[in-house]
Amino acid sequence: MAAASTLNTLQYRPELCVGCGMCSVVCPHGVFANDTGDVAQLVSPGACMECGACQLNCPTDAIMVDSGVGCAAAMIAAALTGKQEVSCGT
Amino acid sequence: MRYESGDEQVSGNADGRTCIAVATCSTTEGTTNTSDSKRDAALSQARPTTSNLTVGNRWDHVLARLGINRSGHQVETGLYALGNPTAESPVFVSANYTLSFDELRSALAGNDGYILVLDTEGINVWCAAGKGTFGTDELVHRTESTRLREVVRHRVVILPQLGAPGVAAHEAKKRTGFEVEYGPVRAADLPEYLKTHQATPEMRRVRFGLRDRTVLVPVEVVHVLLPIAVIAGVIAILSMWLPRVDVDYLFLFGLVASVMAGVALFPMLLPWLPTRDFSSKGFILGALVALPFAVTAFQGDGSAAWWLRAGGALPHLLIWPPVTAFLALNFTGSTTFTSRSGVRREIFTYVPIMAWMSGIGVLLGIALFLIILVGGF
Repeated sequence: MAAASTLNTLQYRPELCVGCGMCSVVCPHGVFANDTGDVAQLVSPGACMECGACQLNCPTDAIMVDSGVGCAAAMIAAALTGKQEVSCGT
Repeated sequence: MRYESGDEQVSGNADGRTCIAVATCSTTEGTTNTSDSKRDAALSQARPTTSNLTVGNRWDHVLARLGINRSGHQVETGLYALGNPTAESPVFVSANYTLSFDELRSALAGNDGYILVLDTEGINVWCAAGKGTFGTDELVHRTESTRLREVVRHRVVILPQLGAPGVAAHEAKKRTGFEVEYGPVRAADLPEYLKTHQATPEMRRVRFGLRDRTVLVPVEVVHVLLPIAVIAGVIAILSMWLPRVDVDYLFLFGLVASVMAGVALFPMLLPWLPTRDFSSKGFILGALVALPFAVTAFQGDGSAAWWLRAGGALPHLLIWPPVTAFLALNFTGSTTFTSRSGVRREIFTYVPIMAWMSGIGVLLGIALFLIILVGGF
């Protein structure tokens, strides 16, 4: 249940992490923590909204997430018009 | 500009940071003079701005919040000088959306600095970052076109945290020499942030409280006004043939009530509605709204046959809950926490139910309309 806010595609490979801490800086939902300064920990994966900030700012590609907008209106509009790219209104 | 080159030069030379400027320009005698004249030239391109919001700015914000002239709330892109900045003053990056830019400059009241406005086509930072217009390429392009390297001696740009889905900090540094520092989510936290350049966990979290949700209501309402007017017109035309005018009014009010529940009540009540999916919350709210209409329709004409009265009540229960639920589902795009995977799941789960329910309800309504019309009930 609560699919809209908990289901996501976030994948983290700690073996690639260099501990720069950027993922915990950019995440607006506290999904990552970097308290030890060693490697980042995935502390609340369910809170991920797939914005893609962590993946883009990870210098070692340790994070993978199929990012996009969690917007029903945009997705339905894209499905109806047959467009591949889904994004918010103009 | 108001930049006093003499003082800066001396304090700059005494400061360790000057070596950065020297390294990036040249190492020959007279470098500082050259870079100063270059700086003046680059700085003359910067537009002056203040932290004061005018009545005109505030009126523009009202129109933006109402969704009127949606893509017309833009500021000029490029570099702005806020207050009286020096070569050591911080650089803040923003979007060319008036609400974003004005929020930033008013939050910085009492600070001197630069604001680098990227071209996001009049879209706010977070949405533009999601689309990539508030992105690495645009940041690189804009730092070059404004000659930011000549304007400031340091090599740091402060970006709003919500710009991160569009900007790869390590890549931007490689391409511009500027280190990307992600400031807090909310511009209002900047004064506190600037004391230490460390954001607290609270500053890093996006919020979606009652106030944040309520400011979204006007634009949602404005968006549904035209569709409501069209449907109301159709109902009005149909009522010309119908002997029972109260039936139409009930449908018209049911429509307005269920739509308003979806676009106004739902955003405000979101966390308190039972169940966890947006659509199921919408169904529950819609059912509550539809109930009085169904009861009124059933009681309507006590002399009519029971099946006719039930037939009049049923469309209300079948049509309005899906209407509210659909609008509730659409609100996912305005929230700060829904994921694409999750929303896709909700669409596949609930949209077929909405379509079937409302479809059957409309067919029933049409059948009822014909029965009344032909039978003269």
